[in-house]
Amino acid sequence: MKEMIHTAFERTRSRRAIWDKAMIYVLSLCAIGVLFILFNILTHLFIQGITSLNFDFFTHLPKPVGEKGGGMANAITGTLTLLGLAICVGVPIGLGAGVYLSEYADLKFAHTVRFMADVMNGIPSIVYGIFAYIVCVLPMKGFSALSGGFALGIMMIPMISRTSEQFVRMVPSQLREAGLALGVPKWRVVVDIVVPAALAGITTGVMVSLARVAGETAPLLFTAFGNRFWNHSLMQPIAALPLQVFAYAISPFDDWHRQAWAGAIVLILMVFMINGWAQFYVMRRSRWTSGK
Amino acid sequence: MDLKGSIQVKDLNFYYGTQHALKSISMTVEPRQIVAMIGPSGCGKSTLIRIFNRMNDLIPSTRVEGEVLVDGVNIYDKNMDVVSLRRRVGMVFQKSTPFPKSIYENIAYGLKILGIKDRRILGETVEKSLRRAALWEEVKDHLGKSAMSLSGGQQQRLCIARAIAVSPEIILMDEPCSALDPIATARIEELMGTLKDEYTIVIVTHNMQQAARVSDKTAFLMHGQIIEFTKTTDFFTKPSNKITEDYITGRFG
Amino acid sequence: MLREKVTELKHLLIQDAGLVEDMISRSMRGLLEKNPDMLYEVVKHQEPRVNAYDRSIDELCVQTLAQYEPVARDLRLVIMIIKMNKDLERMADHAVNISESGLYLIANPFLGSYDELRTMGENTVAMMKDGINAFVNEDIAMAQRVCDRDDIVDEAGDKILKDLTDVMKGKKDVIPRALALMRIAHNLERIADLSTNIAEEVVYIVEGRDIKHHSGEHHH
Repeated sequence: MKEMIHTAFERTRSRRAIWDKAMIYVLSLCAIGVLFILFNILTHLFIQGITSLNFDFFTHLPKPVGEKGGGMANAITGTLTLLGLAICVGVPIGLGAGVYLSEYADLKFAHTVRFMADVMNGIPSIVYGIFAYIVCVLPMKGFSALSGGFALGIMMIPMISRTSEQFVRMVPSQLREAGLALGVPKWRVVVDIVVPAALAGITTGVMVSLARVAGETAPLLFTAFGNRFWNHSLMQPIAALPLQVFAYAISPFDDWHRQAWAGAIVLILMVFMINGWAQFYVMRRSRWTSGK
Repeated sequence: MDLKGSIQVKDLNFYYGTQHALKSISMTVEPRQIVAMIGPSGCGKSTLIRIFNRMNDLIPSTRVEGEVLVDGVNIYDKNMDVVSLRRRVGMVFQKSTPFPKSIYENIAYGLKILGIKDRRILGETVEKSLRRAALWEEVKDHLGKSAMSLSGGQQQRLCIARAIAVSPEIILMDEPCSALDPIATARIEELMGTLKDEYTIVIVTHNMQQAARVSDKTAFLMHGQIIEFTKTTDFFTKPSNKITEDYITGRFG
Repeated sequence: MLREKVTELKHLLIQDAGLVEDMISRSMRGLLEKNPDMLYEVVKHQEPRVNAYDRSIDELCVQTLAQYEPVARDLRLVIMIIKMNKDLERMADHAVNISESGLYLIANPFLGSYDELRTMGENTVAMMKDGINAFVNEDIAMAQRVCDRDDIVDEAGDKILKDLTDVMKGKKDVIPRALALMRIAHNLERIADLSTNIAEEVVYIVEGRDIKHHSGEHHH
């Protein structure tokens, strides 16, 4: 019996080796394909927009229609402002929900909420915009940075809730037990021990959802609305990179087209930087928790 | 018998749902004694030790019948403040569980929860606890480092220091050495000997020799019942119950 | 494993005991039957064998303790075997002493009948046999009886001493032979004593009870 298997094994050896190699090549081609696409997009953007990426771009306001030059300074700061507001809305609610679902809710309820979160993730972003319009813009009788931040914030909630819950759940139960056994009330165990233990994962989740909403245009169309000038109050409309890129891209001016490409590059750089910083933070944090 | 630091179990029956996990348990742990609990897997020793600080409350659908008196007071009484019970009855687990904080913060945390803010008191207590746990000399120059950077044996001593910091009367240890190498184990056993002066210690161990080395009295459990509970020297030279004899001489289990 | 080691130890001890019992028997029979070859056998051949057993058993006991950390009955057994081993080795020594005295006595005319000595010898051998049987069968009752019989042997020894003392008062030339006989009686008494030791050790193995030092006086 043993011998039969042994000889069968030997006979198929060369065939298996060939299949092995073939699969490796196929899979690496797929990986290369992914990189190839990304590379293509980036090079295209780069070639088109690099000329417009100058000092003016980062410091000047847009010029009036038809005039050459100008920059997207207000759009850049606008996007940063909106992201800041989004964090204020999305993180407390998302993290709170995630922690509640992991630590306090019974399994069925948690399952239902998770399902709802997944559904929310699939809702088209423009619907969020409409919702924010109804909730913020109409009562305030005007477009504002607040409503834009709100729209982006609530978009972040499902993903932050999902990832927070996941990472908080992953904290080993012995850690909770150790805290409780010390005579620490449950809520403090959650806040002081469990959440810090999950911080790396939670931060990653926040960063990833932030990067995702940074480039959203549709929800900002009728909330932040856009602004050709500096924004002076959160209750006023505010410029944002995606909006500006959109506006310039559909314009008839070549100069504006090039600036749109530049704007796109800045947006992508922003996303890269957010992701990169998240990775860096996780690495430092994990060194802390694993003690290297 | 002075009641402080004592545990008295009176006809305890414990259920996981419908499963009768502990059957008519009665035993007394006297103050500043070390009691070891041994028995085959699933005999109920871990369940029993978790009765003493009500950690079983964390598991849904459990039921307790009978009395468990710590310091003469029934801890399963409706009015019992579980949080304060757990300060008086500390626990060290099988796998060391340092909090994701610095060494100093790990120990100070329990005190801060109690409302102690005075930095001088915190500092003194941290040092005292680390000395008592035989860890001070090794960490005194890097109290700010992450607790995770310590070795397994050091982490376990840290957990002991953490438990001591809040001045418990009783320390429960659930297989504290099973994840440690023999040298780290020996140090913890040595430590137990010195801790005995101040604390009552109950240790669950699957290592019979360890029970023989460290304890004053040994309890042998099987199928949720106490088969024998006597002075350790008698337990290992002339146990009175044949089942005990068969177990410790390796005829089964 | 521990089981096999313990079995091996018991077998070795029982073999050793058999050899020692034979030595004691022979040393008495050699005297009473006036057979010097028997006595030479005891001194020249049997004693070295007992010494060899002594060493093997000791070494095996130490190994077992070190390797297996036995507890409860197994522990009591190993420790008592170490003691019994010593007891047997000393019994063998006494048998050699008896044989050497015997060799002197059969080279000279007999001093009266040695009936009382014969009886004392038979009792002693019987005690020793019972002690070992108690060990083999883990029979506490038998062990207890061994301890009780020690008094009989002691009394016989005392009587023989008294008689020989009287004999020595009469004629001076019987003194060396009388002394040799007294030595034999003394050695028999010691063997009987050691048999009670073995019986006490058996009780400790089986029940964990220490019955030493309270079964009355041993008079010498």
